[in-house]
Amino acid sequence: MIRNVLVVADLRGDQLRNVSFEALGAARTIADGGVVAALLIGRGVAGLAASLRAQGADQVYVADGEEFGQYVPEHYAAAVEQAIETFSPQAVLFAHSAIGRDVAPMVAARHKAGQASDVIQMELAGADVLFTRPVYAGKAFVKVKIAGDLIVATIRPNNLAAHEETGATGNVAQLPVRFSESVPTQVREVLKKAVAGVDLSEAKIIVSGGRGVKSEEGFAPLRELAAVLGAAVGASRGACDAGYCDYSMQIGQTGKVVTPDLYIACGISGAIQHLAGMSNSKVIVAINKDPEAPIFKVADYGIVGDLFEVVPALTEEARKLFA
Amino acid sequence: MNIIVCIKQTFDTEARIVLENDAVKEDGVQFILNPYDEYAVEEAITLKEATGGMVTVVTVGPARVEEAIRTALAMGADEAIHVADEAAFGDEVTVSEVLAAVIKGRPYDLIIAGNQAVDDGSGQVAVRVAELLGIPHISTVTKLEINGGEVIAERDAEGDTEIVSAPLPALVTAQQGLNEPRYPSLIGIRKASKKPLTKMTVAELGLDAQAIASRVSVVALFLPAAKGAGRVLEGDTAARAQTLFHELRQTSKVL
Repeated sequence: MIRNVLVVADLRGDQLRNVSFEALGAARTIADGGVVAALLIGRGVAGLAASLRAQGADQVYVADGEEFGQYVPEHYAAAVEQAIETFSPQAVLFAHSAIGRDVAPMVAARHKAGQASDVIQMELAGADVLFTRPVYAGKAFVKVKIAGDLIVATIRPNNLAAHEETGATGNVAQLPVRFSESVPTQVREVLKKAVAGVDLSEAKIIVSGGRGVKSEEGFAPLRELAAVLGAAVGASRGACDAGYCDYSMQIGQTGKVVTPDLYIACGISGAIQHLAGMSNSKVIVAINKDPEAPIFKVADYGIVGDLFEVVPALTEEARKLFA
Repeated sequence: MNIIVCIKQTFDTEARIVLENDAVKEDGVQFILNPYDEYAVEEAITLKEATGGMVTVVTVGPARVEEAIRTALAMGADEAIHVADEAAFGDEVTVSEVLAAVIKGRPYDLIIAGNQAVDDGSGQVAVRVAELLGIPHISTVTKLEINGGEVIAERDAEGDTEIVSAPLPALVTAQQGLNEPRYPSLIGIRKASKKPLTKMTVAELGLDAQAIASRVSVVALFLPAAKGAGRVLEGDTAARAQTLFHELRQTSKVL
């Protein structure tokens, strides 16, 4: 069944996140011959339209303006609504990011549309799209289909294949977004704490620390290993609560959900809320003093020992590998 | 201040998931008040204790969800509305339409809900309710304050903290860390059994069951592929490090 699909691109600062291209890949599959359009929302981001056009979008709509420099729900929802009005899609895909999770249900509600959240797989089944998503903190999965004129989904990063590069050009249009002069919600201030470096939700390799890291300085050996592996550094909620690191590093049910190829958990016990954030990793390595730690039940490889002894040994071995 | 809290009863997070007849088995499962809704209830009660007013909890679900309602009432909520009508049991479209219909008929200044339910993890219903009611929302809130006719909240945005305000009436969703939910006291538990619990049906709410019927239907439900037992590496640290990287390179091919 031919359908037009709108992908709302996801940005990190002034860069497009990979998930935007993964969404375009999925969009192409479910469009089933229909048109795929991308919507780019931000301030000073118009230059990014070309890469969306060159990697999956038949058409790019740009909502670029002051009002989009900082995320305000009403502004972003208005941009998506304008794109829906202009393009008439049958499906709208968002990233399962902070912004995607907030705007998608706003849009879905306005259209009384069904929405599948945190999707890890999309496929065609006759005239339907089947969405696979985790439930019960990743302990089970459901495949769902959505009835209705408009279907909405948010996509988990690092799970779907990115659209191939086509090198296409042109077809970029500025989208005039209308909303009332002052919307109710106001962002008074933004305290930026998110650390630079590899984006956790897109990282292929993550070295992660839990309470076992014992202090802020305790993360140093993990950062060293990460540097050699080209990995991102994450943390469990326990480590963040204890003040060893910033919450922007948190992986888990209330933090980021990640799907790396390799997840190295150091001094992390493996509470269910943490597992919900990483259990879908391709390969899990666990390092913990406690042989009974639940993390060993999900780990492909376990090392029982003191992370302050083990992690430096891994770093040394990694250096030899990448020498 | 009149505060409405949307709550959901969920499986305990530690529950083992067992599938039977294409559904998740409920026998022997411990049910709890959704942890994120606990933060919402706690915040509502704290606000009420400071400013006076009423806290009303609203929920959709079968008879067993009464236990979660009693927990909220025992914590200090004043009354509850329970839509136990099967026509209300559906996807996020259905539940949000029902909750919005319940809330629309009542006076309220603030609505608080957990930002996601730990069973389905979809995190849509609360934001949908705000849209249906035509009120602003602030999600994943880690701190909140009422000042004059507005709510000022700190929200967790992927590690950054945004300080956001919205005029009342508004809806906020609770993120972990918003507060420390209190344990119901024995007195609270006793008082809870006497607090008003009203049952409502979809028809009473003036809703057309067909119009609000689920858009989403489940085609398959499955457990993750059983992982082969992991390998605990043996030997001294240097040996284990060597083995690990050999495996990661040659066997799992992730390096």
